Amino acid sequence: MKPDLNLYDYWPYENRPKITWPGGARVAFWVAPNIEFYEINPPINPKRTPWPRPHPDVNLYSNRDYGNRVGHWRMMEVMDKYDVRGSISLSVALLDHHPEIIKACADRNWEFFSHGIYNTRYSYDMDEAQERAIMEDSINSVKKATGQRIAGWLAPALTHTERTMDLLAEYEFLYTCDLFQDDQPQPVKVNKGRLISMPYSLEINDIIVYNSYLATPRRYGQMIKDQFDQLYEEGKDSGTVMCIPLHAYAVGHPHRMAAFEEALDYITTKPGVWVATAREIAEYYYKNCYDTCAADIAARKGA
Amino acid sequence: MTVAKEYMEYPMRRYGMDQDFYEWSILFNRKKVQWPNGARVALWITTDLEFFPLDQPAKPFKAPGGMVTSYPDLRHFTTRDYGNRVGIQRIWRVLDKHRIKSSVAMNSMVAERYPYLVNAINARGDEIIAMGVDQGKLHYGGMDDALELAQVTESLTTLRKLSGQPIKGWMSPAKSESWNTLKYVKNAGIEYVCDWVADDMPFELTAPDGAGKLWAMPHSSEISDRKIIIDNKHSEDEFVEQIQDQFTGLYKESEKHGGRILSLSLTPYIMGLHYRIKYLDIALRWLMKQPHVWVANGTQILDAFKKQ
Repeated sequence: MKPDLNLYDYWPYENRPKITWPGGARVAFWVAPNIEFYEINPPINPKRTPWPRPHPDVNLYSNRDYGNRVGHWRMMEVMDKYDVRGSISLSVALLDHHPEIIKACADRNWEFFSHGIYNTRYSYDMDEAQERAIMEDSINSVKKATGQRIAGWLAPALTHTERTMDLLAEYEFLYTCDLFQDDQPQPVKVNKGRLISMPYSLEINDIIVYNSYLATPRRYGQMIKDQFDQLYEEGKDSGTVMCIPLHAYAVGHPHRMAAFEEALDYITTKPGVWVATAREIAEYYYKNCYDTCAADIAARKGA
Repeated sequence: MTVAKEYMEYPMRRYGMDQDFYEWSILFNRKKVQWPNGARVALWITTDLEFFPLDQPAKPFKAPGGMVTSYPDLRHFTTRDYGNRVGIQRIWRVLDKHRIKSSVAMNSMVAERYPYLVNAINARGDEIIAMGVDQGKLHYGGMDDALELAQVTESLTTLRKLSGQPIKGWMSPAKSESWNTLKYVKNAGIEYVCDWVADDMPFELTAPDGAGKLWAMPHSSEISDRKIIIDNKHSEDEFVEQIQDQFTGLYKESEKHGGRILSLSLTPYIMGLHYRIKYLDIALRWLMKQPHVWVANGTQILDAFKKQ
């Protein structure tokens, strides 16, 4: 183990080069539905137990499945209403299990990125060939099912190895959602090629808010609006990124939909908001911001 | 470092589910359900009557609400027992005020210890759902088969004998099942279970080893006093608000997609407390003023559903 994987340089949130998003927007806004499959009887990883109870943990297993059977369709209807295309953090095996969900999202021109094969398989302790196998499986399976070459990665259940970022760059991923050090994208230091960190969130994420902060639905709606207000204000100086990560098994219950809908309405009706997918934000950043930001980081490092 | 070869293999990666207990199905693709008398939302209230033994085993896990301190944990034992003595009466008074019939999920040990409660349930015309033997006798993967069969038999035999009710519903203590629970309860004449929360509507389950079909009823783990007040630590006002929001969401959806079920789960030692009970009254008063509400128990809802 190391004290720091040295994945990015320190870069104070002050006097950075100004990022202006398309159309002069101050905030690039994206929504990341995690569309996940949790296995009822997964093999056991040496570092983490997938279910709190002995298998089959039928109550929690069926709680997760609620997202696919029920919650997803409510969430998608609200996103349609506000013209928000999802950037999907996908358990890749769901391509096989639930192609109806994949088709509904592909028909809407939503983006797919990989969240591993299953959310009950962790990367901890994988050797290089094993980690390459889940990346290649992800790239090939999504390509075959949807025609999309995936550009992003959120490690399955946020489990990593020391080499994850280098491998992502080698496979020409554009962005990782695994790093939470900033509200703007930033170059990730990789052996070869380029990779950026894409602001995702472990704060305004429905699972964190509902299951860790134990918030009420209305408070969640208010938290989303408050976060947006702050990033919108700061975005005047340099464009920020706001992501709402979702899980249909959490946000998709009837008593939680209204607050989410109100928050989406609040954000999407403001001027100066670029509603985008993660790939669109990454592509724009590489074209217009990467070099300037990389130079600024390098200059400050020397100072 | 490396992980075992089987960790990289996915034998159940296939169309549909990775188990054979139930089929993959999208709620919004199913045919619309019509409730009796043009109702749009069925209101299903379930109250749990539980016995937590002082010598509750810690393995494989403790049922929520179980003993906490070293033996003898009189503090939690009596707090839970309060529900069976005082809390349930307060809940029943509120239900009576609004003329609401309900389902009662009950450990057979509660029926044995407190026959009064069984008689009161029968007098009210409420349905009993079997909730195993007690909260210390769990059903879980890897348990001894003969022991599980004995627990199912004890629970159902006792409850049927003491209540005279046929007992068609089952809720496992802590909503925990083994790989065989569905087989044993189906063989014992159970028609529906409350442990699977994958849906807002009933869905069909297949018991293993050819034991046949039964139903999963959408007993709510979300709209429950335990989840919202105890786990999430929300206030009583916020509990009422979420019940209302649940109804509003379901009612709106029912216009386009057909009948829905509002499942409200209550626990006497939680909701039956002096400072909380009035909020149940507030919630039910509001619900009963809403249009197109059908109050029913689990069996009645399932029967209406199966007739579609």
